Amino acid sequence: MKLITAIVKPHKLDEIKDALQAFGVQGLTVSEASGYGRQRGHTEVYRGAEYTVDLVPKMRIEVLVEDDAADDVMDVLVSAAQTGKIGDGKVWSVPVDSVIRVRTGERGADAL
Amino acid sequence: MAASAITTLAADAPTLSAANTGFMLICSALVMLMTPGLAFFYGGMVRVKSSLNMLMMSFISLGIVTILWVLFGFSLAFGADVGSVIGWSSEYVGLSGLGLTQLWDGYTIPVYVFAVFQLMFAIITPALISGALADRVKFTAWALFITLWVTVVYFPVAHWVWGSGGWLFEMGVIDFAGGTAVHINAGAAALGVILVIGKRVGFKKDPMRPHSLPLVMLGAGLLWFGWFGFNAGSWLGNDDGIGAVMFLNTQVATAAAMLAWLGYEKIRHGSFTTLGAASGAVAGLVAITPSGGSCSPLGAIAIGAIAGLVCAMAVGLKYKFGYDDSLDVIGVHLVGGVLGSLLVGFFATGGVQSDAAGLFYGGGLEQLGKQAVGVFSVLAYSLLASALLAFLLDKTIGMRVSEDDEVSGIDQVEHAETAYDFSGAGGGVSSRSTATTATAVLDSKKVDA
Repeated sequence: MKLITAIVKPHKLDEIKDALQAFGVQGLTVSEASGYGRQRGHTEVYRGAEYTVDLVPKMRIEVLVEDDAADDVMDVLVSAAQTGKIGDGKVWSVPVDSVIRVRTGERGADAL
Repeated sequence: MAASAITTLAADAPTLSAANTGFMLICSALVMLMTPGLAFFYGGMVRVKSSLNMLMMSFISLGIVTILWVLFGFSLAFGADVGSVIGWSSEYVGLSGLGLTQLWDGYTIPVYVFAVFQLMFAIITPALISGALADRVKFTAWALFITLWVTVVYFPVAHWVWGSGGWLFEMGVIDFAGGTAVHINAGAAALGVILVIGKRVGFKKDPMRPHSLPLVMLGAGLLWFGWFGFNAGSWLGNDDGIGAVMFLNTQVATAAAMLAWLGYEKIRHGSFTTLGAASGAVAGLVAITPSGGSCSPLGAIAIGAIAGLVCAMAVGLKYKFGYDDSLDVIGVHLVGGVLGSLLVGFFATGGVQSDAAGLFYGGGLEQLGKQAVGVFSVLAYSLLASALLAFLLDKTIGMRVSEDDEVSGIDQVEHAETAYDFSGAGGGVSSRSTATTATAVLDSKKVDA
């Protein structure tokens, strides 16, 4: 199994959710995040004093999938998240040793 | 607050006017609202960790100055003249022994109404100073500073400018509603105090952006609203329509100043900011305060636009010269007040609040000269006296909180409160930690017993 994590622009969340649902992904976890990539943040002006805001708001989406679906899910995520502009984010996957559904105690693929 | 009687015919002896009395009570209530308005204006501009302290620094003035005013403040400011520098009338002490219908000399409103109206000015003036001291002053030191400052600076200066026999008043300095006595006075005091207490930790290094611009806008809106009482009420009645002119000029100058500030910002920094709109409006209100009773509505547009532009540029001075005027009391109130007071010398039309005419209306340099004397004498006195008071307090009880406390947040140290509950997870974490604290307090009581 793989854990896919995506850091994306907040306004893309709905589109990504719909795309993942259409692809057949059963569940996901979303949290608010902030950070920066190569483009850094933005500048704000208060009575002429400029402040550079490094950390930009982002959404962090986490999805657990079976190994053979991982690449496809990542592609779905990328195509839904892409705007072509700077700051679109990143998607990565890491291997997962074991998963248990809390309610039933099912393990592995059954727990997804 | 001018001396000449409001009576329309010289032969008329003033009698109590129910309309003017009602008008003035409403104006007084409007001016009162400016102090909480100021609290929000300032409170939104500081960081979260010191927002309550900022609100309290304004709010406490409502408590302290009210009591001092009744005890002796009104007598010092508006009692019978003593040597052109201070007033004193024993019947004003405690504000007792005055008849309900005893009129303020030459006007159609009771002494009590005049005292209430003027009280609101005395309250907001020290509150204005607090914006320069954000984040770093002990609350006790601030409370003591207010007590001493209104006694040594505000009450005498109000007498100089508005009191019958006061030296600036007798000279013919025009300060319709407080450009000199309120704004220059508070702005110069702010400069005096911050030169003594120094900068905030992290000034020019840490980002210190406003924590809530909506609060700033709420405060600016309340100030604008209350300012109609401040200015339109300052003729102490409206028999001859001058209160109405003042109302109109207040609105016009404020609008022009807001637009000028925003225009400057757009050209200079690329955006029309919320803080710029609020700041421009306040700069316009400050500038029209001394001048609005003597200029025309078109003059008010010019005064507002000049103030909006110049104050927008003036707020940058602190970075250039390195003094930490946290919320730009000097850039907005001192500069705006000086501008408005001096511009009377240009824009006074004559024949409105006083017969004196400014340069643009054939009056020559005379009025401008008088205005300059008023501006610089109040500026110098307030600056020096305030710096001295701050120095004395600093050497005795200490003016500043410790550096640790300043960094971790003055709200918690000085008020044992924080403005917002940011604990997550639906408040569950918060209620558990509260319960723990409560237990700890109970335990310590047991030990004491």
